[in-house]
Amino acid sequence: MSATFLGMPGNFPENSAKAVQDSQLRFNLRKATHTIRGKRAGVVGELPDWQELRAAGKAIKDHTLRNLDRYLLQLEEAVTGAGGTVHWARDAAEANRIVTDLVKATGETEVVKVKSMATQEIELNQALAEHGITAYETDLAELIVQLGDDFPSHILVPAIHRNRSEIREIFLDRMPDAPRDLTDDPPALTEAARLHLRERFLRSKVAISGANFMVAETGTLVVLESEGNGRMCLSLPETLISVVGIEKLLPSWRDLEVFLQLLPRSSTGERMNPYTSMWTGSVEGQDFHLVLLDNGRTDVLADEVGRQALRCIRCSACLNVCPVYERAGGHAYGSVYPGPIGAILTPQLRGMSSELDASLPFASSLCGACYEVCPVAIDIPEVLVDLRAKAPHAAAERAGMKVAGWILNDHNRLARAQRAATRVRGFVPKRLPGPLSAWTDTRDVPEIPEESFRDWWERNERA
Amino acid sequence: MSARDEILARIGRAVAGAEDVEIPRGYRAGRQAEGLVELFAERVDDYRAIVHVLPASEVPAKIDESVAGRRMIVPDGFDRTGGWNDLGTADGVITSCAVAIAETGTIVLDHGPGQGTRAQTLVPDYHLCVVRADQIVAGVPEAVARLDPARPLTWISGPSATSDIELNRVEGVHGPRTLEVIIST
Repeated sequence: MSATFLGMPGNFPENSAKAVQDSQLRFNLRKATHTIRGKRAGVVGELPDWQELRAAGKAIKDHTLRNLDRYLLQLEEAVTGAGGTVHWARDAAEANRIVTDLVKATGETEVVKVKSMATQEIELNQALAEHGITAYETDLAELIVQLGDDFPSHILVPAIHRNRSEIREIFLDRMPDAPRDLTDDPPALTEAARLHLRERFLRSKVAISGANFMVAETGTLVVLESEGNGRMCLSLPETLISVVGIEKLLPSWRDLEVFLQLLPRSSTGERMNPYTSMWTGSVEGQDFHLVLLDNGRTDVLADEVGRQALRCIRCSACLNVCPVYERAGGHAYGSVYPGPIGAILTPQLRGMSSELDASLPFASSLCGACYEVCPVAIDIPEVLVDLRAKAPHAAAERAGMKVAGWILNDHNRLARAQRAATRVRGFVPKRLPGPLSAWTDTRDVPEIPEESFRDWWERNERA
Repeated sequence: MSARDEILARIGRAVAGAEDVEIPRGYRAGRQAEGLVELFAERVDDYRAIVHVLPASEVPAKIDESVAGRRMIVPDGFDRTGGWNDLGTADGVITSCAVAIAETGTIVLDHGPGQGTRAQTLVPDYHLCVVRADQIVAGVPEAVARLDPARPLTWISGPSATSDIELNRVEGVHGPRTLEVIIST
């Protein structure tokens, strides 16, 4: 069972300071993020209308969020009409309870899972385990994380921090049916995972998934994937339970024409991912349950600046271009949502009461590369700055800012302060003492000029 | 208050007074393009699938050649006699499709006549798909417009693959490891 993120101690600066000492991790991340960056740029460059698709994607999501209540009701009606059952969950505990009860009702003690961020967020596997139900992850990277009793570190490729030889070690240690002569060749590792999961797919009676999109108009759910584990879970078991965040909605069938272009190209850097499954209600006799999850999303929706984070389609393009993520890695963020999007989503979903969550809005250089690649144009730097203002600050910092605000608010006060500073300029040290040294450890104290610009201007205007 | 009512009420409060937005749809859609067969064949080949472009009259002979020695599932509604019935021991499946997308090299199955069930097109290791030239559309918007959302849909772009190990693409995980496409012109 993979470990849990909630209640993780520490903060981002401490976590990342440790992570950058790990040269293997930095090598793995650099290699992986640069590969995917190049692939994404290539396939995005192929489309002459990328910016038009991006503008449409942004507007469709904003329109959906504005009318979310209406579209959720429409979705519920369509799914129910097609033979599915819709459940609503205010928070993680309620969602876990609903899913646990549904699994118990089938009498099964094992379920197969399609990779899903929502079920990671609510820590469903742990909740099921408490009731004697074992959840088997079937995505290759999720399997690597689960077998290694590890944390996911990337939205798309949760085991991005592991290289081939580390994966070989995990398989040999933890996968009883792995061949003893297993090499670290990726096709050999992939074949071992295929054989390991094959029987389980064919005999499992219950599957749990998330969804990339839900269409209100038709009640259709959409899952994009690569390996075929998704198709196995979605179509073979007798019961399918999908746990989906309420923001994953699209109003109309036609809207898929935008997102099925934006997502694969931004995410795996392919023209199209190998497999996409779409289903509406109960298909081929399957028992279908949809659990609609809030878990903090309506709080995010209430924030005028922060609500744009709900446009996110979990492509992970922002992680792959982020200079901070590339060096610090995903674990430093202490959340299933790492990287730039995690730095704005986690503090909004969980609040900023823990030291870790309050440190996340500062886990950025505000370079803006994330905004540029975001397929739904989430202005991540804007939200970061807004969250920084809302984050708790030390009393001394608040007092200092108050004084600065008082001075800057009045030009006469500012002029007097500048003249005072000019008189003591010879005595200001290059490195500040005490807690202020945290600032000068990585920055220079600005040079105080002999004369302020205001005074210079005054003198020259008069002359 | 039920969870449903509470979530809906929270949403109502959260978005009260927020402005709605118009959706600009300036992207390409409704295209009638030339050269779709060639583009589709090239893009399918990019995924390391096997592709043939043949006149309709030569397709049956090509199918015979491709499936020789394989226990093939032939779904109801596919114009071919014989076939293997046991999913667990089948080597492959042969299907038609609902629509194909040139720009992305994608085949879409709606699991109607000739296209098999979802399991039939997934469990066997080899998938042979026959695409008629008039089923190929330019891009994703043109395909979405042709599809029926009430049907289960499977979009297939090349063989099963993963990039989970160092982001290197490896073909062949849980879905069919070999995808062969015959484009009938």
